[in-house]
Amino acid sequence: MTEINNVRIEFLSRSSNESFARTAVACIAAQLDPTLEELGDIKTAVSEAVTNCIVHAYPESLGKIMVRARLFDDNSIEVTVRDWGCGIPDIDKARTPMYSTGGDDRSGMGFTIMESFMDKLQVRSKEGRGTTVIMRRKISPRVSKK
Amino acid sequence: MTLGASYEGGILRVFLSGELDHHAAKKTVDFIEKKIDAHLPREMVLDMKDLSFMDSSGIAVILKSYRRMKEVGGVMQVENVNKQPLRVLLASNVERVVKIIAETKEA
Ligand SMILES: Nc1ncnc2c1ncn2[C@@H]1O[C@H](COP(=O)(O)OP(=O)(O)OP(=O)(O)O)[C@@H](O)[C@H]1O
Ligand SMILES: [Mg+2]
Repeated sequence: MTEINNVRIEFLSRSSNESFARTAVACIAAQLDPTLEELGDIKTAVSEAVTNCIVHAYPESLGKIMVRARLFDDNSIEVTVRDWGCGIPDIDKARTPMYSTGGDDRSGMGFTIMESFMDKLQVRSKEGRGTTVIMRRKISPRVSKK
Repeated sequence: MTLGASYEGGILRVFLSGELDHHAAKKTVDFIEKKIDAHLPREMVLDMKDLSFMDSSGIAVILKSYRRMKEVGGVMQVENVNKQPLRVLLASNVERVVKIIAETKEA
């Protein structure tokens, strides 16, 4: 599996950057010729991960968010979303459907959506240091598409 | 995110258009709650015909709207849901709480 592209963006944790981040990753993913549905899945997963940084990692302040998209020659994309915020004390618990520390503004479905919309989801975190979410998704080859 | 509403015969219809994410969520909830409080409808319909994107922030908006409707003694449902928002609604199991009608209804 050879890397064919690698794009990295950094921005502040402003909510106006949520649409910027998911659109930017979709633009890069478009190089793999995905269907609209595949593109929608990737946009949704990126939106979840970036929103988590904005809402949870930096609740009271503005911090840095890094998003990296890598494309591979097996027609897959890997998206990394990283923050240097508060971190997650118990990752297994955080990934449980409907678990949320966000009150009634949140539904606790972010990680569940990332998991079901991508092929693979990896979460690394350290309290007080930050969180890294790595997601992978294979784009189906065009011949089998309508 | 553009918001609109109409009220007729006890039914409040709220039109969502654009992208419903965390950035747009507060404005959307405020708008919906204001409309519910103004009309005290017996039914509210969230019309998502022109909603092109929604993430889990939209789930919280729907659940909040549902609770507000319950408080005023009414019911609610979600209509005309496009593909991407529908995938998010199904992944979140929202239809256990709120009725979802995916297809555009015939007039
Ligand atoms: N980047 C992050 N930094 C710190 N905590 C996080 C981060 N991402 C997630 N969490 C924690 O994990 C919990 C679960 O995240 P998840 O995205 O599944 O749900 P949510 O964000 O609470 O709600 P929703 O995504 O449905 O709006 C969060 O409530 C929060 O406590
Ligand atoms: Mg979340």
